[in-house]
Amino acid sequence: MKLTLWTYEGPPHVGAMRVATGMKGLHYVLHAPQGDTYADLLFTMIERRNHRPPVSYTSFQARDLGADTADLFKATAREAHARFKPQAMLVGASCTAELIQDDPGGLAEALDLPCPVIPLELPSYSRKENFGADETFHQLVRALVKPMPRTAEVTANLLGATGLGFRHRDDVTEVTRLLALMGIKVNVAAPMGASPADIARMGQAHFNVLLYPETGEGAARWLEKHCGQLWTKIVPIGVGATRDFIHEVAGLAGVSPKVDESGLRLPWWSASVDSTYLTGKRVFIFGDATHSMAAARIAATEIGFEVVGLGCYNREFARPMRAAAKAYGLEALITDDYLEVEQAIAAAAPEMILGTQMERHIGKRLGIPCAVISAPVHVQDFPARYSPQMGFEGANVIFDSWIHPLVMGLEEHLLTMFREDFEFHDEAGASHHGGKADLREINAAPAEVVEAAPETAQAVAPVEMPVAAGEPVWTADAERELRKIPFFVRGKAKRNTEKYAVERGVMTISKDTLYEAKAHYAR
Amino acid sequence: MSLDLPAKGCRETPVLKERGQREVFCGLTSIVWLHRKMQDAFFLVVGSRTCAHLLQAAAGVMIFAEPRFGTAILEEKDLAGLADANTELDREVARLLERRPDIRQLFLVGSCPSEVIKLDLHRAAERLSAIHAPHVRVLNFTGSGIETTFTQGEDACLAAMVPSLPATQARELLVVGALPDVVEDQMVDLLAKLGIGPVRILPAHRSAETPAVGPNTVFALVQPFLGDTHAALVRRGARHIPAPFPFGEEGTTAWLRAVADEFGVSRDHFEAVTTAPRARAQKAVAAHAETLRDKTLFFFPDSQLEIPLARFLARECGMRPLEVGTPYLHKELVGPDLDLLPEGPVLSEGQDVELQLDRQAAAAPDLTVCGLGLANPLEARGFTTKWAIELVFTPVHFYEQAGDLAGLFSRPLRRKALLKGGAA
Ligand code: SF4
Ligand code: SF4
Repeated sequence: MKLTLWTYEGPPHVGAMRVATGMKGLHYVLHAPQGDTYADLLFTMIERRNHRPPVSYTSFQARDLGADTADLFKATAREAHARFKPQAMLVGASCTAELIQDDPGGLAEALDLPCPVIPLELPSYSRKENFGADETFHQLVRALVKPMPRTAEVTANLLGATGLGFRHRDDVTEVTRLLALMGIKVNVAAPMGASPADIARMGQAHFNVLLYPETGEGAARWLEKHCGQLWTKIVPIGVGATRDFIHEVAGLAGVSPKVDESGLRLPWWSASVDSTYLTGKRVFIFGDATHSMAAARIAATEIGFEVVGLGCYNREFARPMRAAAKAYGLEALITDDYLEVEQAIAAAAPEMILGTQMERHIGKRLGIPCAVISAPVHVQDFPARYSPQMGFEGANVIFDSWIHPLVMGLEEHLLTMFREDFEFHDEAGASHHGGKADLREINAAPAEVVEAAPETAQAVAPVEMPVAAGEPVWTADAERELRKIPFFVRGKAKRNTEKYAVERGVMTISKDTLYEAKAHYAR
Repeated sequence: MSLDLPAKGCRETPVLKERGQREVFCGLTSIVWLHRKMQDAFFLVVGSRTCAHLLQAAAGVMIFAEPRFGTAILEEKDLAGLADANTELDREVARLLERRPDIRQLFLVGSCPSEVIKLDLHRAAERLSAIHAPHVRVLNFTGSGIETTFTQGEDACLAAMVPSLPATQARELLVVGALPDVVEDQMVDLLAKLGIGPVRILPAHRSAETPAVGPNTVFALVQPFLGDTHAALVRRGARHIPAPFPFGEEGTTAWLRAVADEFGVSRDHFEAVTTAPRARAQKAVAAHAETLRDKTLFFFPDSQLEIPLARFLARECGMRPLEVGTPYLHKELVGPDLDLLPEGPVLSEGQDVELQLDRQAAAAPDLTVCGLGLANPLEARGFTTKWAIELVFTPVHFYEQAGDLAGLFSRPLRRKALLKGGAA
């Protein structure tokens, strides 16, 4: 038993729904109580889908238990087939139905429906959403792919995009364009956008592009084994990764790796002088493993941030994540407990967070700007405009969306200069963000600001930086001086000063300690 | 005042009972508003990852830093042995209470998985109460989807509290049902002006304000879904004041009138207190009724508010209900509303969502009230919808909210008229 307040991943049958809802001509009959239909709204509201997920729920009730839940399942499957006439059907159980052990697979087989029926065994009490999506796609491929000759021209399948995925819609388009530049056509992109008939012809492709290891690796491995298709290991998020990906694809396809980069802007946007202020900004990165590892590479080598925290919530990828974190001199944070993530972020005191919607809320609480890089995401992360994460356009989008939450470059210099000004002080916030600037009282003693006010009006408990016993204490004077340092570097100054003091056995931090530390860490 | 009853109401209308796929939340969802209402209570769901995910989806995702609800997620080893599951539960509760010393009431909330494995949360609550008394009282109720639909979770929670309410001989009015604070204050103020009191409220904000109950208690319900709570209070000797529910000017007046009659408030005094707010409510509703008049209306079952709302929309806003679906029809509670609802609409109880969607398409209503899973798909097919969950998350009761309530229904229609870009 584990107490959970907020979860990064839903149960595995929600993963199966992500696969089914992204596809066409497929129907999923789910043995589940009425309340499990909440999952529909994830798709219709958060993703703004204009159709119901293709799922029939048996809606069994307490009075059915021990009597006719199996008949109810059979009736539901039969009616769903008659009504929706799918090319193929998935059948399975949610967490409650798993306990009553009706065996949806066996029951459906007995119905002898005139379409392929694929039973799903998704252990609800040990696995989660991404596993459910990966396993469902894997089972679909296993059941439906037919032996077929390769296409005459060079083609690839794109694997792993699902409903409710972070920017999956646009990533598929962007990677399709990128492959077209290399003279490679897409055979099938699946599961999102594909029908069971499309899945059947996946064996025609020359190789596979694995877009999302979390939801497509099982299928990629099966296809390698049974159709002899090799698959890409590099996920093209970021400039460097996209270039590496192009080389990998060129090798697999036997084509030239020369690709026109004229639409790529991130490198110049990053090199141009306005971006100087981004140098060494301390970022904390947390999300699914694929997006977090990609974000770390971009942050460190394409934007010039310092990565001060890195981790993921999906344990399945703990190994590569640990290795990636090591390269930044960090220990990976691998947890699905958001309170632990919040603690780690508070302790690292970063200047920016790259995370999921959970970290956006943590950021709000701690007063740290956040950009979203990974699922789970909420409604505003399904933008109307084209905004991929992958390929060269994805890199451009990433530059913009990471920089947006920050104060602008020149503005940051002005803030430093005028930090005692009553209406241009740092807590007034960035000029391009909404929200009322919180003007200081003109006559108020400039440095007498209470604990860093979070930028939102939400009433939240102030989060104190943890002070353990044996740590140095700040004098009032030194604390006032610390307040004069702009908020976006204050965390760093505080940490550095404390580290400096501890290393020297100084137990009281005075104004002098602060400036000695500043000189010490000057670079 | 006198209610002018329609020539024929809906009390005797035959009810279409359906059984099939339901598109509704389970009772766990009630926790989303109950935990805001009871400020020293924690709701601990004993369930699966699905239950945790449902709460997160229904709460609109992490509005609060650390909410006063959570899910103890059952894992494989808990399913293997119930003894271990109980030990684990005790440990999680101890840990939680240590971290949250502000918690005075803990609700163990049953779910489908906990019920299917027959984890006895009632005994667990007794055991934990003994351990953590007197600081914390532990109660249990079910919010499972195999037993409860959406708002029934609140009913189950309040009904679970009733047996442990202290006894009293005092003649008191007990108002039952969770209301947003602003509305509760307005109600208490109105009752005070009418000279009715003392007024107690279930659920109370904090456990220290817990009401007492006894043979001289009379109670009024402000929510139509409180059937079990009603029965539990009657068992404690309290007497129910039947009335239409306080939605809209008419509903509020009728509700207040029923309570005032019980307490012997004179007609004149009643008029003096209610005339001004009644006029305000009528004026506020009239502004929206222009948009709503003669429009047809179709309710999918959701919150059990459907019958009283249909009555309000038909009588005060001039709408024409075609079908009023509700998960459960408690004739005893919504009888006075059924009397007022003019005959005409199909009344349906339970759900087979596919069949109901067929009926909805055939009826082609001007406005469809439905859950979040259906709203966008119906909009994409050209229908105008109002999502039902807003009706339980928004202050809609009593006079000063009558206009807002009408506005919830008129806004989608006004919006449809504004948008020229097309959809889908
Ligand atoms: S229907 Fe049952 S299993 Fe599903 S969320 Fe509700 S209580 Fe949990
Ligand atoms: S702030 Fe964002 S993530 Fe949080 S509830 Fe609102 S839309 Fe969802």
